[in-house]
Order: sequence, then structure tokens, then C-alpha cells
Amino acid sequence: MEPLIRIDDLKTRFHTEDGVVKAVNGVSYAMGPGEVLGVVGESGCGKSVHALSIMRLIQIPPGEIESGEIWFGGQDLLKLSDKDMREIRGKDIAMVFQDPMSSLNPVFTVGYQIMEALMLHKDLNQKAAKDRAAELLSLVGIPEPTKRLDNYPHQFSGGMRQRAMIAMALSCDPKLLIADEPTTALDVTIQAQIISLVVKLQQELGMAVMWITHDLGIVAEMVHKINVMYAGFIIERGNVTDIFKQNRHPYTKGLLGSLPRIDEAPGTKLVSIPGLPPDLCHLPEGCPFYARCTFREDRCKFERPLLEQADHPDHLVACWRWKEIVAEGA
Amino acid sequence: MNNIDNQPLFQIKNLKKYFPVHQGLIFSRHVKDVKAVDDISFDIIKGETLGLVGETGCGKTTVGRTILQLYRPTSGKILFEDTDLALLQENDLCRIRSRMQMIFQDPYASLNPRMTVGSIISAPLDVHTSLTKKEKQDRVQELLRIVGLNPDFVNRYPHEFSGGQRQRIGIARALAVSPDLVICDEPISSLDVSIQAQVVNLLEELQSQLGLTYLFIAHDLSMVRHISDRMVVMYLGKIMELADRNTIYLRPYHPYTRALMSAVPIPDPDIASRRERIILKGDIPSPLNPPQGCNFNTRCPIATELCFQSEPEYREIEPNHFVACHYAEPPMNEK
Repeated sequence: MEPLIRIDDLKTRFHTEDGVVKAVNGVSYAMGPGEVLGVVGESGCGKSVHALSIMRLIQIPPGEIESGEIWFGGQDLLKLSDKDMREIRGKDIAMVFQDPMSSLNPVFTVGYQIMEALMLHKDLNQKAAKDRAAELLSLVGIPEPTKRLDNYPHQFSGGMRQRAMIAMALSCDPKLLIADEPTTALDVTIQAQIISLVVKLQQELGMAVMWITHDLGIVAEMVHKINVMYAGFIIERGNVTDIFKQNRHPYTKGLLGSLPRIDEAPGTKLVSIPGLPPDLCHLPEGCPFYARCTFREDRCKFERPLLEQADHPDHLVACWRWKEIVAEGA
Repeated sequence: MNNIDNQPLFQIKNLKKYFPVHQGLIFSRHVKDVKAVDDISFDIIKGETLGLVGETGCGKTTVGRTILQLYRPTSGKILFEDTDLALLQENDLCRIRSRMQMIFQDPYASLNPRMTVGSIISAPLDVHTSLTKKEKQDRVQELLRIVGLNPDFVNRYPHEFSGGQRQRIGIARALAVSPDLVICDEPISSLDVSIQAQVVNLLEELQSQLGLTYLFIAHDLSMVRHISDRMVVMYLGKIMELADRNTIYLRPYHPYTRALMSAVPIPDPDIASRRERIILKGDIPSPLNPPQGCNFNTRCPIATELCFQSEPEYREIEPNHFVACHYAEPPMNEK
């Protein structure tokens, strides 16, 4: 199957006073149409920056997309002019951000902000755009949508704002929806509402979804594939069951071990990963996880492992010792 | 954590904390109250970790702050060793405050950027003890060692540390005066997953070494269940349910607790696909205009006429299991 989007060796860095921050360090993968991909990792692992690079929303300078290709619809997004990119952004690829308050403009009504994209990308007139906007609000489960169109963002609650953001993102029937931690600022009961909404819409509309999060619990129930990122690298990639049941990278194991589970009898100690993620200005020469890894050996310090096939062609892992770790039964 | 002798350290009785709302600029008048904490009662048992959970705006942080008398309660009693803290004057309070300390949510905002780590940690010692300079220095170094930081860090400033390390400094400061009760107000919510586990493990070790009692306030239910002995579930200023951590997860009686527990994601695709979620409709009502009757009636899946008319009584339905619901009953699978 022809992939919807293919990313090849994407490298993004930022020039700061403290040096060059290497935020994304050679990320390559492809997503099929209708696929739901989870991108997980801790803060500073490059998960958001890589998504912003796809959207071409990195501010240049200080940012710089050093190299790479992003193939979408037969063209390399990184080579498009700003004008052509604007045609794609919001239309074919849409994004929902983490903080719904700061990503909605407080001085325009919610209705106006949804209609804006419709009038720009779909050439609708004001009347048609308004009807469509009301339809979208009711699609994302906001009661009395026609009345709500005239509200300003501050009149919406946090969960409703995020619903409005999703309505806005869906307004032009995107082929790919990038959701960057859309539920992090919300309470669990509202988070459950938003997740079930996105799952429902994804199935109805058949779009591909990239869900970026630090919460492995969320991705467990909704995605097909997972990229685990660390220090700007994908260190493991596979199907949901690969990552949760047959994970091969010590970092993935550590991340799962440090999560308490509500359905497990408490009393066991959490397995924490010692130390801190590396400084992205001074990336270690070898494996980025070397300093915190309990399975490390000398080779890991000097040679950087590349993604290689683990148990089957869809399961990739970047670790020199994964086979030995399996053999040790760890 | 395991040597609970059921001796209450704190008894909170009918605690209320209202924040007045004023209207008008010159002739300002008191129009109504935000009922942040509305008539709640519970005990904190010596040596336990009591988890306090609830969604944004449910009043959990206000409870913590009111116990410490950082907010003076509107009414109600906070009994600590037969002393009602609510009645104490500032001078007496100051003395008793060394026995209860707090760990704050934001490790960036809660440490003064112009003070060295040494002076941050010794600040409570300056106020509450008459130790000599040398003794204080030794105590600070000991505290740094206890929380897993290098004792040579005393002369560094907060900006030189990562979030997790700063939270350790905050913990060292809270422990400086050997308190009985430590109120942990979302101590891990601003940290990364792998660092959260480090801090939670540290809190657990310290508890067993020093015999601390924790009131652990958080919205991450999995983590609270992991660390707590008993859990309190709050909603709009009221306690919905209180029980030990297993009962509250396995046999919740309140429909809100049931929905809350089912909304927590489980990092296991097999279980996640099998389990049924109770998705609550709508949002939390404003605490300025709480609904009549039961607070939860606007979102409750089983609300009836009765719930809109009268407020359910907060009662002990089984030994050590408190619930406030007209239709409190064991979960479906037990009937």
C-alpha cells in the first residue's frame, strides 16, 4: 500500500545561545492512510518538534530543518514554497495542540475561527461556512451548536475548547490529523470524552491520526503503531502489542516499569529509570540512552545503534544488545 | 506505611472554606460565595498515606491549605492532638507549623531563585529551631543525602538543577524540621514519567524510615492508588467516597468514583480493549453555582428526582467505607 506520508532522515535543530540543540536526529518512518500512530516519549524527546517540522511550523531562525524529506501526496513538503505549504496545512494535514486556551484567539468568536479555514480552503461563502461550522460543532458533541458559534473562547470550558479545536482541525476533511498532547491539560473524565470522540471520528471519517503523548496508557487503547522516541531518535517502533508485550529496548521497558497501573494490586515498587535524559546540545557519541541504561557495555558508549528489525519486519529497535537481553530473559 | 495503629493524627470535622465574591467597585458588597470546601469530615491516621483525588476545581488543594491554616477555615474543626488549629492565634500556630509541612506542585516556582540550596533548606531551621550555624550545616548536608542529592550542592542555586532534583530539594526543605504530617500537593504532576517514579519511590522510602504521615493530593489516580493506603474522592467541594485503596478501585459504591476509575487509561492493549468505560457527559459545574441536591446530579448516569431535591448524607456504609450517594450500592458484578 502506498504510504500517506513518508518521512526520511528528518533532522531539526535550534541555534541558541547555549549552542546547537539537536532536537530531532534522523527520524524515518511511513504512515499508511487511515493508520493511527502513537508517538510517545518524555519531554524534550523531539516528539512535538518532529510534528511541527512536518507542518513546517518551526520558526526559522532559531530553528532549522537541517536535512530530510517529507513525502506527502507526491511532493516533498520541505521543498514547497510557503504559499503552497499553506494550501496543505489545515487542509490535508491538520493539527490539534496541547493547550486549547492559548491556541484559540481570544478576540474572535469560536464560530469565526472555524469558518476562517472553511472560507479559505473550501471557497465557501459566509452563510455556507456558518452552517458547516455548526455541523462540525455538533459532530464533536457541543450542545446548541448554532448558539455556541457566537461565543468567545473564554465562554467555553477546557474540554469544550479542545472539542472546538478538533472541529476546526476536521473542518476541511484532513487526510492526516496530528494531535499533540491534546488531553494533557484536561481532567481524566474529560480526557476519556475526547479520546472516545477522536476514535469515533477516525473510524467514521477514515483519516490517519498521529497522537503525540507522554502517557502510554492513552495510546494502548487507541493506536495501531507506536514510535518510542528518546533524545530525538526513534529508539523502538512496532505494533501496539510489540511495544507493550514484546518490547525490546531497555528504555521502553523502563518507561513501562515506571508507570503505576490502576488495575494492579499496589505494593510493588516502581522501577524507575536512574538519571536524566541527555543534554541535546551535547549528545553522546554512542547510544543516547547509554548513561541511564542498565544493560550497557563499552560498545554502546562509542557506536550509535541504528534501527534494525527485531522480531518481525514491522518491529524495529535501536539497541546493540537487544538479542542478548532477550536471551537473558530480562 | 504498614504500621498503622489507627490512631488519628488529624481529625477534620465539618470543614468549610468559602471564598467570598464581591461586586461593585466603591460600594463593594458580598454577593455570594465560592464553596471550595463544603462540609467535609475525615481523619488522617498516623503513619498512613491518605490520597486525595478529584478533578480540577474540586477543592483538593484548598483542603490541604486549610489543614495547614494557610487559609483560615470558614467553619469546622481541625483537631491535631486535641488542639483545634482553627482556633489558634498566629503565634501558637507558628510553633505548631513545624510539625506539618508541605511539598508544592511546581518545583520551579516554589524555590527562591536567589537563594542557595543550603539557605533554602535551612530556612525552616532558622524559624523553628535554635541550632548553631555548624549544626544547621550538618543537618542540611544530612538532608541532602537523605533525598539522594550530593551534599556538596549546598552552595548551588535552583536553576542548576533539573525538575526532579528541585523536587528533591523541596522534599528536603519539608523534612528539615522533622514534621509529623507532610502535605504533598501534586508533587509529581510537573515531572516526566521516569522521574515521577524516582520521586515516588523516594517518598515511600522516607515514609518508612522516618514514620511520616502523608496527605497526597493528586489527579493521577494510578499514582495515588499506588502510594496511598486510603483514598478520598472529592467532587465540587464535597467528599463523594472514602475507602481503602483496594475497595475504592475494586468495589466503588459511588457512580462518580466508578466513572473516574474507568476513565483512567491502562497501559495494556488487551485490557484496554476489553474493559468498558463509563463516559460522563458534560463538564464540572461552576463551584459558584453548584447544583441543587446532590452535587453530581448534572453528570450522574443514575440520577433520579430525589437527587435533584435532597442532598445525600455522607455516611459510613460499611466499616471504614464512607460514601455520599442516595443510591450507593456495590458494583454490578456483586449483585
